[in-house]
Amino acid sequence: MTDSHSDLLLHATGLTKKFGDFTAVDGIDFAVERGESFGFLGPNGAGKSSTMKMVGCVSPATGGTLRVFGQDPATDGPAIRARLGVVPQKDTLDEELTVQENLWIYGRYFGLSRSEVRSRATELLAFAQLTDRATSKVEPLSGGMKRRLTIARSLISRPQILLLDEPTTGLDPQARHVLWDRLFRLKRSGVTLVLTTHYMDEAEQLCDRLVVMDHGKIVAQGSPRSLIDEYSTREVLELRFDTDDHVRHGDAIAGIGERIEVLPDRILVYAEDGDAAAAAVHQRGVEPMSSLVRRSTLEDVFLHLTGRTLVD
Amino acid sequence: MSAPVSAPTRPSTRLPAAWRPVFESWLTAYRRTWRGSLFGRFLSPLMFLLSLGLGLGSLVNSSAGGVGGVPYLQYVVPGIVAAQAMWVAMGESTYPVMGAIRWNAKYHAMLATPVGIDDLLIGHLLYVALQITGATAIFMAVAALFGSFASWWVVLALPVTVLTGMAFAVPIFAFSAKQETDSGFNILFRFIMTPLFLFSGIFFPVENLPAFLRPIAWVMPLWHGVEVDRSLALGSPELAGILGHTAYLLVVIAAGGWLARRAFTKRLVV
Repeated sequence: MTDSHSDLLLHATGLTKKFGDFTAVDGIDFAVERGESFGFLGPNGAGKSSTMKMVGCVSPATGGTLRVFGQDPATDGPAIRARLGVVPQKDTLDEELTVQENLWIYGRYFGLSRSEVRSRATELLAFAQLTDRATSKVEPLSGGMKRRLTIARSLISRPQILLLDEPTTGLDPQARHVLWDRLFRLKRSGVTLVLTTHYMDEAEQLCDRLVVMDHGKIVAQGSPRSLIDEYSTREVLELRFDTDDHVRHGDAIAGIGERIEVLPDRILVYAEDGDAAAAAVHQRGVEPMSSLVRRSTLEDVFLHLTGRTLVD
Repeated sequence: MSAPVSAPTRPSTRLPAAWRPVFESWLTAYRRTWRGSLFGRFLSPLMFLLSLGLGLGSLVNSSAGGVGGVPYLQYVVPGIVAAQAMWVAMGESTYPVMGAIRWNAKYHAMLATPVGIDDLLIGHLLYVALQITGATAIFMAVAALFGSFASWWVVLALPVTVLTGMAFAVPIFAFSAKQETDSGFNILFRFIMTPLFLFSGIFFPVENLPAFLRPIAWVMPLWHGVEVDRSLALGSPELAGILGHTAYLLVVIAAGGWLARRAFTKRLVV
């Protein structure tokens, strides 16, 4: 299988990563096609980053097979990396250097000529909305700017796949939206995005298709919409009580909706019609401190599949 | 504007020699700090020349007639040239290596590109070699003005001094890659570098050491560099000796390279 007659850019079967006795990635299968935007959703420690490092050909797989552009990372690492753009979880920018120097140096690692690197850098700084900071040092930039610079840097080689490991973790909401906008433009221009996240809103915004990971395994996969349809109800009623013990109230409303999840700070009632469920709660004489009807999200899917929340 | 990623470029089957951009990257970073480091590199030889070469030297010359008939300045300075290469090597291969692994993740950024472990090592080590070359050249130029060298043969001491420095830098790369904290560097500095500086035949002949200490001087690279530098600077080079010492330095560098490659792979490819 080579990429010349296949649009399968990534293909993994039984992919496994062990660190001593600890199994970080436990025999997962996935495939990503050209032009797709594919996500790994899961909590910290689910094995997302380990998977990304194997795909990025910086960490050898312990077991299973992995093909990137139809090539084997174990033997063709440099050739594969030449066609990948990598946005690591932690920024690896050279803080002592200027914004544009960071791009120039990085482009040179890909064997690009100095003049090519300079013209591409100018273009990418405009894309990352950093043109006016081109000659300033990286160190004083905001977190969002550094992240955008890291993304610009990853694009300097015009990669066929962009790997993003938790692209917006640690950013404020404003900076996240700016970043999502940039990533969305890339996606529209045909770049294949592969990203990890533990934010369900990020996964919903950016991913055409995703896998939900937990404890190194894939527990579900599909489009954000199909996952919600399959594993959750249309609406969710959230109830909060003025109490330390939500379990008691959970018993009182048992049977309402399709399913009830009792969390430490609130009760979730899964129902097709949230308002009807709220009325039913009220009829039983249960008076919550607050009640809120919302649509189901991937967070609910994850909760249903694992019994835990994504961000703790 | 639209995203600047148009048609993906076809990869070339032949990848470029990736150690070059690594070397350039370190050089670019150095351009930020070269003024400060250059000042230090003029100052440290001056201090040694004034205190040891001229100050202590006048005492040694008047009471003992130099060392074996050689004026003390001309005896001690070639040795200090070699020692300075060791100090520069230590500075360039401890904190910068640990930083590139642990703090700023410079190596990790490189390894996400076509750059491999070998490119990363070769590029960085060549940069260290350049630093040692520059520092040594400056030191020798300043020392020459004070009449520290008796012969033009001393020009050949430059490459041998760089090899002496690299015989420390390369193994220290391996050492630094294994460290979890920088406390190991203190041990290296206090219990290895400082004793070597004192007991490697720089200030007095190794034969004056207690017999049990002499083998340590002979095994470590510094003494070999000191011997060659001094014989060249005094204008009395002996081909067999120079070749033997140089070969020893090359063996240490090769062994260090093997260790460094192993340590880097273990540390960075997990």
